[in-house]
Amino acid sequence: MLTLVGNDQPGIVAKITNGLLNANCNLGEASMMRLGGNFTVMLMINSEHPSEDIRKAMQSTCDDMSLTLHIDQIRGRLHQHHIPDVRVVVSGSDRAGIVAQVSQLLFDAGMDILDLNSDVAGTNEAPIYIMQIEGLATQGIDSIEKAIDSLPKNIDVSVHPIETFVG
Amino acid sequence: MAKKTILTYPNKDLKLTSAEVKSFDNDLLAFIQDLEDTMADGPGAVGIAAPQVGHAIRAVIVDVSNRKKIKHHGHLVLINPQITQWDGLATGREGCLSVPDYTGNVVRAKNITLEALDQFGEKHQYEMEGYEARVAQHEIDHLDGLLFLDRLVSRHHDLFERKVYKK
Repeated sequence: MLTLVGNDQPGIVAKITNGLLNANCNLGEASMMRLGGNFTVMLMINSEHPSEDIRKAMQSTCDDMSLTLHIDQIRGRLHQHHIPDVRVVVSGSDRAGIVAQVSQLLFDAGMDILDLNSDVAGTNEAPIYIMQIEGLATQGIDSIEKAIDSLPKNIDVSVHPIETFVG
Repeated sequence: MAKKTILTYPNKDLKLTSAEVKSFDNDLLAFIQDLEDTMADGPGAVGIAAPQVGHAIRAVIVDVSNRKKIKHHGHLVLINPQITQWDGLATGREGCLSVPDYTGNVVRAKNITLEALDQFGEKHQYEMEGYEARVAQHEIDHLDGLLFLDRLVSRHHDLFERKVYKK
């Protein structure tokens, strides 16, 4: 798993992926996004070369763009997708502890989180927090709906079933 | 019983525009039965379109009757289907027998009015909503060479530009 972070600037994806191609790496599943002015990459790569060789091959590209690169050996494989069956949307005034509070409740209610995205929006004076979580309701959606009832009223939470069909 | 092979992306035949059915004969009935058997063999499929088995004619099967608590018309064979009215938009998650191991978000009309012939050439009109309407739109897309991959919207954001749904 290649992890990369640095100030957002044009060309990061093109330069990094071309560097990896030249280092004989195959790319797998990836998550790349801008977070608070940084560009972040989590990327599965497959290579016959040791990770230290890949890191060396990428060093000058990363130095040129002031990017921090990290590589971990993982056992990841392709075709390991789970299909989420529930989406939870959380919003409210930004304050410390929302994620901890909500995620603990969801965990206790049997939700296995597959994907979580959150943003802080609003204004500097009145920031708001918006979070979208997708996952598996291992104890059913009712269990999650029941659990969120105990959240304070200043946090808005909605639970939506995701019905995926195959056709 | 004859299960047919399902074409998978990027097979270019999935991009063909299918031809109108003109003969309602025993060959058509036999083909529809094969299509039915192929769908039943799939992993929980609720619909299938003729071009998915390499026969580019305007015929689809929609059957969402295994879903509880939704309005539906049971098992439907739709020949030369035409959507005559659309209303509302909703994002939902879709998968496809022709795109294994991938699901994605797609915007579809919530309610549709659909005109089609059955396998005996008799004309029907259906008012569909929600899940069934979504499946029908997905299958009819196949007849015009469109996959849900052609209509993907962001996995991470529910908000999307408002667009009028057109075939």
